[in-house]
Amino acid sequence: MRRYLLSALLLAAFVALWQLVASLPGVDDLTLASPAETARAIGRDRSLLASNMWVTLEEVLLGLAIAVALGAGSAILMHLFRPLREAAYPLLVASQAIPVVVLAPLFVLAFDYGIGPKLAIVALICFFPVTVNVLDGLRSVEPELLKLMRSLGASRLSTLVRVELPSALPFFFSGLRVAATVSVIGAVFGEWAGADKGLGRLVLLGNNQLQTARVYAGVVILTLIAVALFALVTLAERAAVPWRRGGTAG
Amino acid sequence: MKTDLEAPAKEPLSSQDTAIALEGVSRSYRSRRGPVRALARVDLRVRAREALALVGPSGCGKSTLLEIVAGLQEPDEGTVSALGRRGARERLGVCAYMAQRDLLLPWRDALGNAALALEAQGVGRREARRRAAPLFERFGLARFERSLPAELSGGMRQRVAFLRTLLAGREVLLLDEPFAALDSITRGEMQEWLADALAAEERTAVLVTHDVEEAVYLADRVAVLSPRPGSVVAEIEVPLPRPRGRRREAMTDPDFARLVRRALEALER
Ligand SMILES: Nc1ncnc2c1ncn2[C@@H]1O[C@H](COP(=O)(O)OP(=O)(O)OP(=O)(O)O)[C@@H](O)[C@H]1O
Ligand SMILES: [Mg+2]
Repeated sequence: MRRYLLSALLLAAFVALWQLVASLPGVDDLTLASPAETARAIGRDRSLLASNMWVTLEEVLLGLAIAVALGAGSAILMHLFRPLREAAYPLLVASQAIPVVVLAPLFVLAFDYGIGPKLAIVALICFFPVTVNVLDGLRSVEPELLKLMRSLGASRLSTLVRVELPSALPFFFSGLRVAATVSVIGAVFGEWAGADKGLGRLVLLGNNQLQTARVYAGVVILTLIAVALFALVTLAERAAVPWRRGGTAG
Repeated sequence: MKTDLEAPAKEPLSSQDTAIALEGVSRSYRSRRGPVRALARVDLRVRAREALALVGPSGCGKSTLLEIVAGLQEPDEGTVSALGRRGARERLGVCAYMAQRDLLLPWRDALGNAALALEAQGVGRREARRRAAPLFERFGLARFERSLPAELSGGMRQRVAFLRTLLAGREVLLLDEPFAALDSITRGEMQEWLADALAAEERTAVLVTHDVEEAVYLADRVAVLSPRPGSVVAEIEVPLPRPRGRRREAMTDPDFARLVRRALEALER
């Protein structure tokens, strides 16, 4: 509880500072919208913001789902087949070095203005933290536990299901937490590269049209989405990993 | 009662009496500072339904020996058989191995942890739990079926691990210092509990321990290993009927005390 109180205080201090800087002489409305103006913009443009928010949210959630399915799946395969792991791991790391900002327009060229390229970009960004964490989790199982399963006569699959996957759950959630926060950034990049709707596009457009307050409103909502996703993952972890109350792994 | 049997007469054992046989078993590990010889030419026999205690100084290869019998490792030299099975895979199928730590899965309740032994063999989850439940009643764990390991005391966790070992349904029980992690009071209680459990179960058991009194209290025979590389330096018969009643009373028996002394002498030689 105290933790939340401190966070709230810190946030309030930040907003106050923001308001202060925005009301300094020489800072005009085009450069920086004050919190009050931003709040007013949110109220005024709420239906516009809401409809675009749903678009972005859909990109984020679907992209995350793809990343989780592919990431967890390939982590399990890489865990089960060592040669595959050794071959694929460097590629996995390399995939992280791909500058997504550069790649995004190419995706849009290759596909179209639809949801496809956004999903591809969100999934590409989120794939890495999920895969690496699940793989680490699967490999973190104590050798003695594996020995126990062997002595009990368990098959490879049985050991995977009963010991390795549950052990990897906390790691999976750590990865998902990271993925959830970066997924929003991914969706925005995707929309910047070419889109006709979405919060990212709204922000870009607002920038061009000098609607600074609307840009700030969009940014605030994007941030809220990321924070909400993070909180949701944490709640899901508490429900799914009750034996490690509040603990995070790795 | 004749107690002080001198160096166990190597009575010819018919193969059907022998549950476990090790002949000339050696095992080395590679370490960064060259090879470590853990076991050197161990010869040992365990009779069917006998309880054998294995004592020896720390690091002399007791766990290694147990893992070899269990089929979790193969020796570098020598032969091992358990119930006539010679290959590691075959031995795995007849031996149940309980490690030094309880190794309970923290996300499973006590009953689920014990039932794991059945699930590993393909029994369905509910059926496995149903079959494990009566043992909780019998071995003093009733009402703790649904507790998570974190909610159990050290002694209870060890009991659950032991039930899991029993439920594996193997003829041979291999117990590696099952009480090492417990405080001395719980340890005493657990020794009495295990004595009853072993008497009730009538299986062949090998029990590794540091504690000579524990060895004499629980076993029909005590094998003493030398410091590393381990080999058998003495075998001491314990010709007292099992189970031996309350531990404190059993230990005051002069025969018991004499056997403990002999084992200690062998250890310190
Ligand atoms: N995997 C391994 N790699 C290298 N050396 C090992 C390995 N396992 C055991 N050893 C070494 O082999 C020797 C025997 O080990 P082991 O665990 O069998 O002894 P122990 O009698 O069970 O000891 P303790 O009483 O402490 O449990 C030790 O010196 C140990 O350091
Ligand atoms: Mg040991």
